[in-house]
Amino acid sequence: MSETTLVKGASLYGDRTADLLLRDGVIAEIGSISTPDGARIVDADGLIALPGLVDLHTHLREPGREDAETILTGSRAAAVGGYTAVLAMANTSPVTDTAEAAERVHDLGRAAGLVDVHPVGAVTGGLGGEELAELGLMHRSRARVSVFSDDGRCVADARVMRRALEYVKAFGGVVSQHAQDPSLAGPTSCCHEGELSGRLGLPGWPGIAEEVVVARDVMLARHTGSRVHVAHASTAGTVEVLRWAKSLGIEVTAEVTPHHLLLTTDLLAGYDPTYKVNPPLRPQEDVDALRAALADGTIDAVATDHAPHARHDKEHAFVDAAFGMLGLETALPVVASVMVSSGLMTWAEVARVMSSTPAAIAGLGSQGRPLEVGQPANLVLVDPAATLVVDRERSVSLSRNNPWHGRTLGASVVATFLRGRPTVLGGELTEP
Amino acid sequence: MRKHLLSIDDVSADDAVTLFATAAEMHDVQSRQVKKLPALRGRTIINLFFEDSTRTRSSFEIAGKWLSADTINIAAKGSSASKGESLRDTVLTIAAMGVDALVMRHPASGAALQVSQWIDAAVINAGDGTHEHPTQALLDAYTLQRRLGGPGSLEGKRIAIVGDLTHSRVFRSNVLLLTKLGASVTVVAPPTLMPSGVGSWSREAGFATSYDLDEVLPTADAVMMLRVQRERMTGGYFPSAREYTVGYGLTRDRLRLLGPDVPICHPGPMNRGLEIAADAADAAQSAVLEQVSAGVAIRMAILYHLLAGDEA
Repeated sequence: MSETTLVKGASLYGDRTADLLLRDGVIAEIGSISTPDGARIVDADGLIALPGLVDLHTHLREPGREDAETILTGSRAAAVGGYTAVLAMANTSPVTDTAEAAERVHDLGRAAGLVDVHPVGAVTGGLGGEELAELGLMHRSRARVSVFSDDGRCVADARVMRRALEYVKAFGGVVSQHAQDPSLAGPTSCCHEGELSGRLGLPGWPGIAEEVVVARDVMLARHTGSRVHVAHASTAGTVEVLRWAKSLGIEVTAEVTPHHLLLTTDLLAGYDPTYKVNPPLRPQEDVDALRAALADGTIDAVATDHAPHARHDKEHAFVDAAFGMLGLETALPVVASVMVSSGLMTWAEVARVMSSTPAAIAGLGSQGRPLEVGQPANLVLVDPAATLVVDRERSVSLSRNNPWHGRTLGASVVATFLRGRPTVLGGELTEP
Repeated sequence: MRKHLLSIDDVSADDAVTLFATAAEMHDVQSRQVKKLPALRGRTIINLFFEDSTRTRSSFEIAGKWLSADTINIAAKGSSASKGESLRDTVLTIAAMGVDALVMRHPASGAALQVSQWIDAAVINAGDGTHEHPTQALLDAYTLQRRLGGPGSLEGKRIAIVGDLTHSRVFRSNVLLLTKLGASVTVVAPPTLMPSGVGSWSREAGFATSYDLDEVLPTADAVMMLRVQRERMTGGYFPSAREYTVGYGLTRDRLRLLGPDVPICHPGPMNRGLEIAADAADAAQSAVLEQVSAGVAIRMAILYHLLAGDEA
C-alpha cells in the first residue's frame, strides 16, 4: 500500500525552508504544500533535511559473530544514525568472498528492511591476501557487489593489489584498501607509535605504515587506470599523498571516520580498550589535517568503521583486546560537532561527504540523490540545536564499545526515511 | 602510598624514603636464624603470573612468607587465558577466592592497571609487558643508595641505563624513580632500541639520551645494564650479537672506564658475553647479588605498607 508523508517546514540542507511530500517512495513535491488526505504529517520546524546517509564502511558481524551484532541490529543502529544505506564489510565468518555469501548478506539486509545493506566483497579468498576472490561472480550476483575490500587486513602484496585493480575495471568496481604495511605495523601493533606508546610500552603502529601503502596504491591506480579507495585515512602524511595524487588526476578517493576526526591518542593513557581501534587514534596534528582535508575535498567521505564487539572481547589486556568501536548512531552528531559547529563545513557539505559522494563511490544509483522532485525519498531530518549526551546503554546496537559514552555531542537525528517510509520518527525506530 | 602499586607514579619521593627505611629493617630479618615477622598473619597474597618468572615470583613468595602471610602461586600461562577466557573473568574468579593482595605479572602492558579497576584487592605490578616493573626499580634504587652512601645519596648522582630500552619495563620504572630521587640519568642504546618519542619524553621527564656508551661511562656514578632479549636479535634491531657487544656491551675494556667504586647493576638474568662481560658481572663493584637480596627486603616493605601500614 502506498504511503504518503508530508514533511512540514524542513530546512533543506540548512538553507531554504520548504515542505516535502513523500509518496510512492519518491519525493513527489517540494514547496508550500497543503496536506493531502490520509497523509502522515511530520513537523520539521527547525529541522534540517538531508539526503539519507550512506556508510561506506560498516561491520555487521553476521554471519559468525551474531552475539556482537546482526544484520538486523546493525540496520537498526544505522537507521537511528540517519543512514539509508550501508556497505557491510567482508571480514565475517565465513568471509564474504563468494556470490552466495554476498547474496546471503544482501537478503538478510532486505529482510531487516531498515536500510539498504550492500555487501562488500573480499578482494582475496578468505582475506588471505594471495588469490583473488570471485570478484566478477560477486558483481554478477543479485547483491551486485561493486566495492571490494580485505578490511581488517591490508592487501599487502603489490602484485595482488595490481591484479585486483585491473580486474574490477571490467565492471567499474573499486578496491577499498585497509592501508597497513604489515612489516611496519604487525598484528600486535595496537596504538599510534609516538611518545605515548614509548612511555606505555605498547607496540606502536606508525603512521608511515599507512602512508607507504597509500603511496604505493595510488601509483598502482595510475598504472592500471583503475579506482582505488583509501579506507579510514588517519594521518597527515596520507592527506599529503592524496592531495598530490588528486592533483595528478589519479582516481583515488578516501574516507575518514568520525573518531579520527575528534579523538586523539592520548585517550590511551589509561589502557582502556574502548579506544583501541585500527588504524589507531592519532595525535592532534593528524586530526587537524584530516579535518582540513575533509573540508577541502581531499578526503571525500565520512565512513563510520562501525565495529561492534561483545563485552568480553574488550575485557582483555589492551594489546589482546579486539580492535574497533561503535559509530553508526553517533556519526552525524560527531561530524556536526567537529565540522559544522566549528564552521569548517556547511550542512550541504555534510550531505556531500556523508551521502552523495559515498553513494557515488559505491555506485549506488538510488542513494545519495539530491532532495529534488522525482528522486527516491531517502532522507534524514536533523535537529541542529539538540545536544546529545551519549549513553551507551541506550544503543540499539547489540554491543556497547562506544567511545562517546558520557560525551555531549551536537545535533541529533530526529527522523529517517527509506524510500518514503519512516524507519525512525521522533528519534525512535519504527520497525516495519 | 596508594592502595595499589601499579607504576612508579604511585610512589612519591617521600614514599620511597619510607619504603627504603622499612626495607632496611626488613633486611635485618634475613640475617636472623628465625626469618619470620607476624605482620601479615592471616592475610592471603596470590602471586598470579601469566608469564614465566623465577626470581621475581620467588622473591615475592619469600617476602610474603617472612611476613607470615599465606602466599599462593598461580601460573596462569597456558591456563584459562589460552582457553579464551577474558582477563577480567580470570582475575574476578581468583579474587572471589578471598585475597588481600594480588601480585601480578602479565606479558601485556597496562594489564595490572586494568585489573586494579576490576577487583577490590590491592594489586602489585610485578611486571606488565614492556611497561613497568616498579618493585624492581625500588630495589635497584635501594641497592644503589646503600652502595653510594646511604639515605639521600642518589641526589645528583650520574646514572647510566644501558641496553634494550624499547622493550624494557625495568628501564621505564627506573628512569621515573631515579629522576624522582634527584639522580641525573642518561639512557644509552642504539637508535633502534630507543623507545619511540623518547626525545620529547626525556626533555619533559628530565633525563638524557645517548648513542655513545664510551662517552657516558667515564662520568657515571653507577651503571645499570639491561638484558638483551635474544628473541630481539632476529627482529632487525641490530645486525649481530657481536656488533651489539662492541657498541653497547659492558666489556672488559669498558670496565676500566669505570671508577672502582661505581656499582654495576643488572636485573638478571644476564647474558654473559653479550651485554655484560663475565669480568664485569663478577667484579667487586658488581651489585647483582645484592639486588636480589634487596629485592626480598623491598617487597617485604611494600607488602607491609600496602597491607598492614594503617595498623602499624
